[in-house]
Amino acid sequence: MMKRALYRLLQSIVTFLVVVILSFLMQKSAPGGPFDTAREMEPEARAALEREWQLDQPTSSQLLTYMDGLFSFPPDLKHSMSRPDYTVVELITPRLAVSLSLGFVVLMASLFFGISMGVWAAIHRNKAGDHIIMVVALLGVSIPNFVIGPLLKWVFALELDLFPESRWAGPSSMVLPACSMSFLYIAIVARMVRGGLIESLDRDHIRAARARGFSEGRLIFVHALPEALLPVVSWLGPAMAGLAVGSVVIERVFNIPGLGNTLIDGAFNRDYTVVMGAVIVYSALLIFANLISDLLVTFLDPRARAKA
Amino acid sequence: MTRLGIQSTSWQRFRSHRGAMIGLVFLCLMGIFVLLLPALWPEATSTQHLALGPVSPSWEHWAGTDYEGRDLVGRIASGGRVSLLVGLVATLVALLIGVTWGATAGYMGGRVDAVMMRIVDVLYGLPYMFFVIILMVWFGQSMTNIFIGLGAVSWLTMARIVRANVLTYRERDFVLASRLAGKGTLFIIAKHIIPNVMGPIIVYSTLTVPRVMIEEAFLSFLGLGIQPPHASWGSLLSEGASLFREYPWMLVGPALALCLTLLSLNFVGDGLRDALDPRGERH
Repeated sequence: MMKRALYRLLQSIVTFLVVVILSFLMQKSAPGGPFDTAREMEPEARAALEREWQLDQPTSSQLLTYMDGLFSFPPDLKHSMSRPDYTVVELITPRLAVSLSLGFVVLMASLFFGISMGVWAAIHRNKAGDHIIMVVALLGVSIPNFVIGPLLKWVFALELDLFPESRWAGPSSMVLPACSMSFLYIAIVARMVRGGLIESLDRDHIRAARARGFSEGRLIFVHALPEALLPVVSWLGPAMAGLAVGSVVIERVFNIPGLGNTLIDGAFNRDYTVVMGAVIVYSALLIFANLISDLLVTFLDPRARAKA
Repeated sequence: MTRLGIQSTSWQRFRSHRGAMIGLVFLCLMGIFVLLLPALWPEATSTQHLALGPVSPSWEHWAGTDYEGRDLVGRIASGGRVSLLVGLVATLVALLIGVTWGATAGYMGGRVDAVMMRIVDVLYGLPYMFFVIILMVWFGQSMTNIFIGLGAVSWLTMARIVRANVLTYRERDFVLASRLAGKGTLFIIAKHIIPNVMGPIIVYSTLTVPRVMIEEAFLSFLGLGIQPPHASWGSLLSEGASLFREYPWMLVGPALALCLTLLSLNFVGDGLRDALDPRGERH
C-alpha cells in the first residue's frame, strides 16, 4: 500500500517535470518568436527586448530560472509577454476559477445522471428501458461536444432565447455549456455502471444473499453498487483530462473567459509565458486528479490493496 | 459438413449483433462514397460558384451548398477522405508501435518490462492534447504535424492491452514447448503470442479510429487542423457552426456524416468485442 502510494507520487512528479521541460523545449524550438510582429523592429530594440526577457541566455539557464520561479512559494510564472503589466498568475487565476466551476458542475451532473441511468439500465436489463438508455449512451459517445454545443446554442439561446448566447454572466450562462459537455460523460458513466452492476449482480455472494431473502434494493445499493462504482473512481482521474480538453472547445463555442480560451489565445499571440503557465496549471491539476483517483481505488478495493 | 472453427463462431456472434451489422454496412457505403465521389466528379468537390453562394438543400444539391457555392455532398465526401485517413493512419501507428512495445515488454519481462512500462505510465499522464494544440499553432498546421501529434500517443493504451495479454500467454505450455524446441524469441512472439492476442488488438483498433477522428475534428474545429482549401469533417463543422444561424444545413450535413460514422465505428467495436473478446475489459 505504502509502496504503491510512493511509486505513484514519484511517477506524478516525473510526469510533471516532463510537462515543464517538454513545453519549454517546444517554445524554444518553435520557428518564429514572440517579437515577430508585423512591424519591422530595430535590431537594438529587439536585442533590448530579448535581454529583458532573458532570451539571449542559453536554453538550460533559462529553463533553470523558470523552474526556480515555478517551485518557489508563491509560484512565480513571470509576466505575460503580450500584456507585460500583468503577471501570468494574475491573468490565469480568474480564468481558472471559471473553468473549474464549469468543470465541477459537469462532473457532478455526469456522476448523478450517469449512475442513475446505469443502475436503471442494469435493473431492467434487456428490456425496452435498458435498450433506450444504451442507445442514448452510444449516441453520447459518438456525438462530439462541438456538435452538441452549437446545436444547443442555436435552439435554446438563439431561437427560444432561454439562455444567454455567448455572455458569461451568472449561473444561467453555465447551463448550455455544461449540458453540451456532460452528455459524453453521462454516457460513459452509464455504460460503465451498467456493465459493472450486471457483472457484480451475477456474483456468488450476491446470489447467496438473494437466496437468503435480502431485499433487491439492499442487494443493489449496499452490496453490488459499491463494487460496480470502482471503475468509475479510477476513470475519474483520466476523465479530468478529457474534461479540460473538452472545455477548450466549449469555451470557444460559448465565448467563456476560461483557461482554455486563455491557452488558445496565448498560443496564437505567441505569449510564451501565458501558454507555459496555462499548460503547467492544467497539467498540475490533471496529474493530481490522476494520483488521487488511483490512490482512492487502491484504498477502496480490497483486491488492489492486497496486491499492492 | 463445414468445420466450425473459432473464426466462424466469432463471425456468427458478430452477425447476431444487429447494430454492429448495420454499422458495418454503413461504413462500407461511406467508404465507397468517400473514395469514389471525389474521383468521379472532381468538379463537384472543389469548384466554387461564388455567384450561387449558399443555397439550401434541393434536388440539385442534396445537402445544400457552402458559402462559396460548393456542393456540400462533394465537400463532405472530400472532407471524409481526410477524416477517415487521419483516423486510419493514427490507428496504424498505434498498432505498429503499441503491439511491438507491448509485446516486447510483456515477453521480456523483468527490468526491460519495468522501464518500458514506466515510460508508458509517464506519457499516459501527460495532458497531450495541450501539447498537440501548441504543436499545431507554433509548428504549422500541416497534415504531417497532425499525424505526428495524434499518432505520438495513440499507441499507449494498445501497448498496455497487448502487454497484459502477452503476460498471460508467456507461461503457457505451448510457448514453453516452442522455447524448448529452440525457437527464437521473435519467432515465438510472432507465431504463438500475437495470434492469440489478435482479438483484443482488433477490438481496440476499431475503437481507436473514432477516438482519433474526434481528436482531428476537435483540432480542425478550433482552426488548428486541416487548412482551407482542404477540408475535413471537423473544418466543415467549424464553418457550419459559425454560420449555422443563417445556413443551418452547413452544420447539419457534416455533423450527420461525422456522427453516423463515429456511431457505426462504436457499434462495430462493440460487436467485435462481444464476438472476439467476450471477457475483455470495457474501455
